[in-house]
Amino acid sequence: MSTFDLSNSDTDRRGARRGNTTITPQNAPNRRNTELAMLGFAVVLPMFAYANVGLAMDGSLPAGMLAYGLGMGTLALIAHLLMRRFAPYADPLLLPLATLLNGLGLVMIWRLDKAGKLLANNYPAAANQLMWSGLGIAFFIGVMVLLKDHRILQRYTYISMAVALVLLAAPAFFPARAGDFGAKIWIHIGSFSIQPGEFAKIILTVFFAGYLMVKRDALALASRRFMGLYLPRGRDLGPIIVVWLLSILILVFETDLGSSFLFFGLFVVMLYVATERTSWIVFGLVMSIGGAAVVASVESHVQTRINSWLDPMAAFADPPPPGTSEQIGQTLMAFGSGGVTGTGLGQGRSWLIQFAAKSDFILGSFGEELGLTGMMAVFLLYGLIVQRGLRTAVAARDPFGKLLAVGLSSAFALQVFVVAGGVTGLIPLTGMTMPFLAQGGSSVVANWALIAILLKISDSARRPAAEPEPAAAPASA
Amino acid sequence: MNKPIRRVSVFCLILVLALMVRTNWVQGVQAHAWATNKNNDRNKYDRYAYPRGNIIVGGQPVTNSDFVNGLRYKYKRSWVDGPVYAPVTGYSSQSFGTSQLESLEDGILAGTDSRLFFRNTLDMLTGDDKKGGDVVTTIDAKAQKAAFEGLGNKKGAAVAIDPRTGAILALVSTPSFDPSTFSGSSAADADAWKKLNADPNKPMLNRALRETYPPGSTFKLVTAAAAFEDGKFQNPGDKTDTPEQYFLPGTKQELQNASKTEPCTNATLQDAMDLSCNTVFGKIGAELGGQKLRAQAEKFGFNNPKVDVPIRATTSVFPSNSSPDGTAMDAIGQHDTRATPLQMAMVAAAIANNGTLMEPYLVDQERSSTLAVVSKHSEKVMSQPVSATTAQKLQQLMESVVQNGTGTKAKIDGVTVGGKTGTAQHGLDNSGLPFAWFMSYAKGADGKQVAVAVVVEDGDSNRNEISGGSIAAPIAKSIMQAVVQGK
Repeated sequence: MSTFDLSNSDTDRRGARRGNTTITPQNAPNRRNTELAMLGFAVVLPMFAYANVGLAMDGSLPAGMLAYGLGMGTLALIAHLLMRRFAPYADPLLLPLATLLNGLGLVMIWRLDKAGKLLANNYPAAANQLMWSGLGIAFFIGVMVLLKDHRILQRYTYISMAVALVLLAAPAFFPARAGDFGAKIWIHIGSFSIQPGEFAKIILTVFFAGYLMVKRDALALASRRFMGLYLPRGRDLGPIIVVWLLSILILVFETDLGSSFLFFGLFVVMLYVATERTSWIVFGLVMSIGGAAVVASVESHVQTRINSWLDPMAAFADPPPPGTSEQIGQTLMAFGSGGVTGTGLGQGRSWLIQFAAKSDFILGSFGEELGLTGMMAVFLLYGLIVQRGLRTAVAARDPFGKLLAVGLSSAFALQVFVVAGGVTGLIPLTGMTMPFLAQGGSSVVANWALIAILLKISDSARRPAAEPEPAAAPASA
Repeated sequence: MNKPIRRVSVFCLILVLALMVRTNWVQGVQAHAWATNKNNDRNKYDRYAYPRGNIIVGGQPVTNSDFVNGLRYKYKRSWVDGPVYAPVTGYSSQSFGTSQLESLEDGILAGTDSRLFFRNTLDMLTGDDKKGGDVVTTIDAKAQKAAFEGLGNKKGAAVAIDPRTGAILALVSTPSFDPSTFSGSSAADADAWKKLNADPNKPMLNRALRETYPPGSTFKLVTAAAAFEDGKFQNPGDKTDTPEQYFLPGTKQELQNASKTEPCTNATLQDAMDLSCNTVFGKIGAELGGQKLRAQAEKFGFNNPKVDVPIRATTSVFPSNSSPDGTAMDAIGQHDTRATPLQMAMVAAAIANNGTLMEPYLVDQERSSTLAVVSKHSEKVMSQPVSATTAQKLQQLMESVVQNGTGTKAKIDGVTVGGKTGTAQHGLDNSGLPFAWFMSYAKGADGKQVAVAVVVEDGDSNRNEISGGSIAAPIAKSIMQAVVQGK
């Protein structure tokens, strides 16, 4: 593997680049104090937002403000302290970023709880979400403590594949519920629902990383040149076809456009990174466009989504055409009404979005109440998470770590793009949750786990390398 | 592997950038369109989220904003004397939108007008509660009540204008409606709304501005104005050379007068106006031709699609392509000639104001919630339909009609009153009940002036009883009295 690494065109320039790469392996300060300071902001900022909602809606500071601040603050502090012990060199921004987004999401869910009867089927969800956030951070801590080294995950490549397949296939075998609105992405057990796709995202990335690390030489080198593209051999095409079929099957059986796009996009990105062959991207694009075109022409569900993307206001006709939904139109009006500065927290009317206002469409509330300004800040937060993750991938010393970090980061980025793009009307809407912001236990827990793995990789990447002298010094990892 | 990772990193940045650009597009460039989209219910809720400003008549608000503290709506509109003022204010309903002044002045009333921005910002900083601004109308409460009571349960409309300024003093349409009955969002409001819309008498139609009628004999003043301006006649005393029997040009159809005994043969203009001779004015119209008549009518405001007071009046029509026999009928306000009550009040106002037509207006001032004047109407000349000398000749004709002719019921002691009656045929073969018209002006001793037009659609089931002089003139008289004498 290392011999292959040396053949990288990048490697020649690595020395020159070291100077301007912020993640410098040698003698780097561990930045845990920076993280603590940032974490302070990440806890205090949502507390201000919380106070803001209370003052705007009731004219008084909300009673639960202190308890919330203490709860979230304590959890974040525990996570931070454990990181000092178990991942001292990890990236200092990821934990505060995730905490901030999670906190803002909690505030907005609480604010929508307070809309009361204005929102149909409005049951208080903030307390539940806080519990899930706690569980998410516990999961995060669990990964921190138990996962000694991310390379351990490599051993579970094929088990991961099996688990991911089960998770992905599961919802198709569980009866859908009325509230699911067409997309079969939940498993309902009693009053308890899981969105297995959120976990499958991580587990599938582990499998892709492990698989591609082994196969990448074959995929990259054994190919013929044709019209400037390296065409892979037929037998190497196998896995890509399997994943492609899988995402088509998800689309057909679970009518889940978002996950389908996410998994296929993730695979193409990782394939490209592993093999450094642009031809894979061309293949990926051709196959995804082809698959999407075929499915879209057959599946009425997908057509509906595309139609309401093209004409979001169609559902407002009287009577509304069958199969249309007001959601996108309502969300766009929420965005427009928020304008540049927003109405202020607690002062908008984003409950007009109604269905899924707290989950898939929570960005609409942010857009209306915090305005364009707030939306830019939220996108920057997401962008920072993605970029910190990709920086980790650049800095990682082992190809598995690189692939895993790039996979997790780009899966995160794709998910943000698919959800936010759908909600803002940039692309057709697909049912997925906004990481950390949206209501939903599976999503919060899975994304905390994702951040934990990224931090683990970044810890090993930034950990000072063993001194070359004396030669007897053992490698740190 | 770092090169592709960097490329993926750029790709992810592009994704985030695309989201940012899109959000800027939606929340920046398109924001206003989405915010004001007709399906955006926020506008409805915002309109009633804090006290709505009032519409003022004679220094008193004719509207209220009641604190109801509902789940979605905090305030509700109500009206003082709703049916009297409905043609002026329109409605402002939580469920059914707004109309007329409530709609056109919504920015001021709701406090969202950009001219109130400074005020609103100041209120926000000082912590004062937000409140909409007021709209001060030109309506004279006494004249409005006189018109409403005069029309009573008849179907019709009345408009009064101050000829010197164009200020609309009365604007009434009957049957009317009470906008308070459907200003909320309850089932009762929906029922009231449905009932009003289904009512065959169309109570929500603003007949004063939004309905056109054949103006009948009141239009003879326009024909007379064209004749004077053309130089066809010099004085009201000029003989008109009218035969005993007048056939519509190119046909064997005889144009009838109201009765065979009327001395219309070769009558003077003055006598013809007093008696409202169809033959005289039909012939004059035919001889002047459609083009000259139309030019004169258009100077008075006919065929103008944008008579905004600011409520837009329906276009009054003088046809452009009538045959010669049609033109003769057009000239006496029949055939294809159509006018709103506002239009005929404008004709009377222009004549009373010595030939200068002032632009009619309904809103005198727009004020912020702190009574600071946001805008004040400045009087504007709309046109000069006739010269001052012609106007004086027309005044002579109209004053004689009230003294000696068909309009004696509008006479007011000690006040100069000029008027003209009209009884307009309509329907297939004139089968419908005729419309009774009266247009007039009054000039009091203390300089107060008013021009009025009244139309009654079907004053009585007994056809013979209907004539402008007996049904519409008394209503016009009471309006004029209210303005000139303050009664």
